[in-house]
Amino acid sequence: MKITRRSVLGTAAAAAAAGALPSQPARAANKKLTIGVCSDFSGPYSDIGGETSVACVRQALQDFGAANKGYDITVIQGDHQNKPDVGAGLARQWFDNGVDLLIDVPNSAVALAIAGVAAEKNKTYINSNAGTTLLTGAKCNAQTIHWTYDTYMLAHSTGGAMVAAGGKKWFFITANYAFGQLLRDQTSAVVKAAGGTVVGDVDYPFPQTTDFSSYLVQAQSAGANVLGLANAGKDTVNSIKQAHQFGITQSGMTIAGLLIFLNDIHGIGLETAQGLVLTESFYWNLNERTRAFTKRVLPKTPANYPSMGHAGCYSGTMHFLKAVDKIGVDAAASGAAVVTQMKSMPTDDDAFGHCSIREDGRFMCPSFLFRVKKPGQSSIPWDYYDLVHTTPADQTFQPMATEGCPLVKA
Amino acid sequence: MLMIFGKPLPLLFGQLLLGIINGSFYAMLSMGLAIIFGLLRIINFAHGALFMVGAFVTWGLLTYLSLDFWWALFLAPVIVGAFGLLLERTLIRRIYKLDILYGLLLTFGLALILQGGFTNYFGSSGVSYNAPDALSGVVNLGFMYLPVYRGFVIFAAILVCGATWFLIEKTRLGALLRAATANPGLVQSFGVNVPRLIALTFAFGVGLAGLAGVLAAPLYSVNPNMGSDLINTVFAVVVIGGMGSIGGAILSGFALGIIEGFTDVFYPPGSAVVVFVVMAIVLLARPAGLFGKLA
Repeated sequence: MKITRRSVLGTAAAAAAAGALPSQPARAANKKLTIGVCSDFSGPYSDIGGETSVACVRQALQDFGAANKGYDITVIQGDHQNKPDVGAGLARQWFDNGVDLLIDVPNSAVALAIAGVAAEKNKTYINSNAGTTLLTGAKCNAQTIHWTYDTYMLAHSTGGAMVAAGGKKWFFITANYAFGQLLRDQTSAVVKAAGGTVVGDVDYPFPQTTDFSSYLVQAQSAGANVLGLANAGKDTVNSIKQAHQFGITQSGMTIAGLLIFLNDIHGIGLETAQGLVLTESFYWNLNERTRAFTKRVLPKTPANYPSMGHAGCYSGTMHFLKAVDKIGVDAAASGAAVVTQMKSMPTDDDAFGHCSIREDGRFMCPSFLFRVKKPGQSSIPWDYYDLVHTTPADQTFQPMATEGCPLVKA
Repeated sequence: MLMIFGKPLPLLFGQLLLGIINGSFYAMLSMGLAIIFGLLRIINFAHGALFMVGAFVTWGLLTYLSLDFWWALFLAPVIVGAFGLLLERTLIRRIYKLDILYGLLLTFGLALILQGGFTNYFGSSGVSYNAPDALSGVVNLGFMYLPVYRGFVIFAAILVCGATWFLIEKTRLGALLRAATANPGLVQSFGVNVPRLIALTFAFGVGLAGLAGVLAAPLYSVNPNMGSDLINTVFAVVVIGGMGSIGGAILSGFALGIIEGFTDVFYPPGSAVVVFVVMAIVLLARPAGLFGKLA
């Protein structure tokens, strides 16, 4: 046979395919699992999700000791492009082709679409990176767990701290979709309950807006003393940078960035971001365990430190594997069975420490109020936060009785 | 306080000014597109990506070579223009004789490659770049606080647009360029090197995108998607102004910036759509655009 490039490539491809087939007497061939990371890999949320989420899932496999325990776990990834229909289609396709766990999913609109698919196909779905409280409220289901954070936590922690510090007249700049509106409404409720007022609100088109100057000038002319940013990702970065240019803070207004991740602070730069108050449920430099976790995962994602959404992917995967280990790989085909098992045992990992999962699928962790350091105070790379306040897990999230989750019996 | 349509007058003045600032970018970018389309018949979809490259070059000059904003203002357009020249010589010149759609596909592909490459290296959140000290600070205009840098952007944009319009419409070089587009064979027979002229035109148009990128760097976060966020609007501006009309591109750039600014006050969720509504109306009334001539 004449050796051509094509035949070489063909042989290589056939060999690779053969390797993927379960034809060899692989060690414990029945302990196969597939984990799908569905995230934003190219758009506004790709730094808070994306490749670093994949790295964290892989780190969980390693720390769990999957290979030594006889598991053969494949990790695949897919880009939902911030479109609910694309995300739901991908989820459907993955679940039909044997994906056992779907994880990450920044963007609340996509997150909710996928929750519906997970319930329909009875597969495990851990959302780490979306904010909407509907995932554990009216839209909750037996296959979904909401890790990391939600809009209630952000509204109460950051919003509550701002009102307590005297910020009573709020002007909101809101990303006009599921997440932004919910975050604005919940923060407004916190502000009003504490005796504050909302003097104005603009709903800007998401995701095409890059210039926020018009809204900033409106906020100034409305006489607000707190600028509430109900947005995320690069929108938050742009709003804060431009607020700085328009002298918002010099004119006596305080910025309340309701959802800011470590990666956003990196993009804004400490010079502009210093003094901002924000809430995350994980920070890499929080304690010995978080630092140990970060040190292990960094070689997989050297340019981007893990923020809370990434850590949630690690913690969620870890707990999923422990649950599957208890009930067996065959039983794990049922999402409801896995999730029931996950809820029945406490969680423990380096990123979040000892936590638990509530009946409605809410991962119960403490939240931390941070203040961004001044440029001179930061000595090592990505060392950006000072801890201001810790809210215990049972006060961080909305009480189940008021959520309206159908899973919770009255 | 004096109110118009339920909005305080100072606020509307503020929006007018902000509209002009945003219009400055639309004008500079759409002018580059109009020049390239007018003389080369290439619909340059990579224009937004080259604008982004201009912003990253600005950041890179400061970060790696410690060359500040004023250096970047001169160097970045030259670097981006040289890159454009390279693209023209190696790729774009090969498709002049083909249908106009091929140019669109080629440049769209280039845009995706550039955007993907930068995302790979810098992440989607991008990097930050501060305005030079001489232009930082805020001026109180009475009706609003205007960042000095934004005032500078208006000034620079008007200067650049005016100079370019003058160069193309009023000088001998401009006349040569326009003649070369109309009848390349004839101009060549007079001893003019037409391919070189066209290549330099492309480089110039692209350099304008680079310059807009320099001016945008301190305003927005420097990120790989900054061009694609803007390019759709800019194409609408070119269509409204009339494909290939330089004066039309400049005027409609500023006008649409202002229209968008007012939409932000009266109905913010509509600000992303208003440009396209205007485009649809203009196309219905004048299919060649406001200043265009039907071929």
